[in-house]
Amino acid sequence: MAGVTLDTVRKIYSGNVEAVKGVSLGIEDGSFCVLVGPSGCGKSTLLRMIAGLETISDGEVKIGDRVVNQVEPADRDIAMVFQNYALYPHMSVYDNMAYGLKNRKTPKDEIETRVKEAARILAIEPFLDRKPRALSGGQRQRVAMGRAIVRKPQVFLFDEPLSNLDAKLRVQMRVEIKRLQKALGVTSIYVTHDQVEAMTLSDKLVVMSSGQIEQVGSPSEVYRRPETRFVATFIGSPPMNILPGKVEGPGRVSVGGQSIAVTDMRDGLTPGSAIEVGLRPEDVQAGGVGSSSLSMDVDFVEELGATQLFHGKVAGADFVVQASTGQIPADTRKLALAVDPANVHLFDPQTTKRLGRV
Amino acid sequence: MAYLTLVIGVILVAFPVYIAIMASTFDTATIINGNMPLTPGDQTLENYSRALFYGGKTAREPVMGMMINSLIVALGIAFGKILISILSAYAVVYFKFPFRKTAFWVIFITLMLPVEVRIYPTYKIVADLGLLDTYSGLVLPLIASATGTLLFRQFFMTIPEELLEASKIDGAGAFRFFKDTLLPLSMTTIAALFVIQFIYGWNQYLWPLLITTKSSMQTIVIGIKKMITTTDALTEWNIAMTTAVLAMIPPVLVVIFMQRLFVKGLVETEK
Repeated sequence: MAGVTLDTVRKIYSGNVEAVKGVSLGIEDGSFCVLVGPSGCGKSTLLRMIAGLETISDGEVKIGDRVVNQVEPADRDIAMVFQNYALYPHMSVYDNMAYGLKNRKTPKDEIETRVKEAARILAIEPFLDRKPRALSGGQRQRVAMGRAIVRKPQVFLFDEPLSNLDAKLRVQMRVEIKRLQKALGVTSIYVTHDQVEAMTLSDKLVVMSSGQIEQVGSPSEVYRRPETRFVATFIGSPPMNILPGKVEGPGRVSVGGQSIAVTDMRDGLTPGSAIEVGLRPEDVQAGGVGSSSLSMDVDFVEELGATQLFHGKVAGADFVVQASTGQIPADTRKLALAVDPANVHLFDPQTTKRLGRV
Repeated sequence: MAYLTLVIGVILVAFPVYIAIMASTFDTATIINGNMPLTPGDQTLENYSRALFYGGKTAREPVMGMMINSLIVALGIAFGKILISILSAYAVVYFKFPFRKTAFWVIFITLMLPVEVRIYPTYKIVADLGLLDTYSGLVLPLIASATGTLLFRQFFMTIPEELLEASKIDGAGAFRFFKDTLLPLSMTTIAALFVIQFIYGWNQYLWPLLITTKSSMQTIVIGIKKMITTTDALTEWNIAMTTAVLAMIPPVLVVIFMQRLFVKGLVETEK
């Protein structure tokens, strides 16, 4: 087992396009690290550089204590699961899993034990003689994971492995991947654009945007204390509401003329200067009227079963409130929203950085 | 109505073939009379054994020998072309080297230059190499194939990149990837190309005509031609037709046999 260390890693494509702009990251041995971000943010490129499928323009990638910049993918002691599984269509499931070991001249009986063991863990024993085309999407996914497991690598790399599955299967496989990773204890790096996958799977969550890391932390840290407005709106569903506001004084901001108390606010902000106020749809209490309250004009309601989403406007900006079904009548046109000072996030309108306590 | 048209079409195409088969069952006199019946005659065995083991009066070479020549040439061309074009397509698609695009376009341009156009320089080279009247001389100039390269290139481009990447991670080098993954996946394409090129090679006329002078090196197509054009004797139509029928058999066999592989290949392809 080994951790992975990235030191100011860059990827510059021909034409001076910088896909990854100096990323430094330490991934501890045995942890599950998820790289999340919108498409084109460089997360896949970063993963492929760790795998050795892309050259590293600048910086250093270390697996364990070994710098692997110039090491061939096969010699990096990694295994990768691809989005479209990339199973060899002409080989049986058994041969697909055994291929990498055969190329490494592993003894035959050793190959057999390892493949059988992996097949048992993944419950694909009945399919070992089949060709990949005779399998369902979920089964193919398992074979792709089996191919990774039999190698007993230092690091697992996952490149959006669940995005080709239907919603139900995706949830099921997500749980299985997590369970498998915990059981095997292998350092894993997982790339996804799905923030639910990212939150549920990761020990360490890395949010990326335009080739840079926006924030690194545990899922709850990233959710509770987003460092930038990008992270705030990217993590969490429905996304965080951002309202234009003004600084009133220490611990107080105003939104649309209403004064709101804030717990986590940087000292020394100039009163009267503009500020962005972030509120999660699930953090505001509809109906309650307190010291810090906002009024909202409701446009329409989305029914999600257990919860309802009220869409409307607060202080001229779009706003969404999430409430348990039945808590508020669906035909309500005007809502009073109570805000807990601990749940208010402040961002600098220019730098988009969090204006919390240092 | 559609069937009727089809049936008429089939009859139109098949009738000359039928005549040829019938003609191979009579003696010369019956055919030359112009009163040849459309039912089989009684000279079948005689005609075929004479053609196969003795030959006609003008081309005094057993057709058996010609068929072996043709077979060697056709197989040589078919396998040679497949080997050369699959390797060149592999290089063009999977390796990055300077002037890769140029190399591809140069191959592509040769499509515009069929054998007939470059026949004189080719003849000169083959003659200078001392390859006249040899199998190598018959086969080598016809092996270079832009069609095959193009076909394989198009096929390779449809193979997902991840397969190559998975191979890399599985520790398969360039040759292993070719042998273990690309070759098995290309089987259908190879079968298709084999059929086309075998028939192409079997039916070659101009090139063998130019470079073979010994009758022992004749191919069957040349043999038929020699049997038909006679100056000092009656054309032995029965033998010529027998030879023509014999010439049809191997390509037909190849198509029938390869068709199975085709269908199998088509069924095996990933959705």
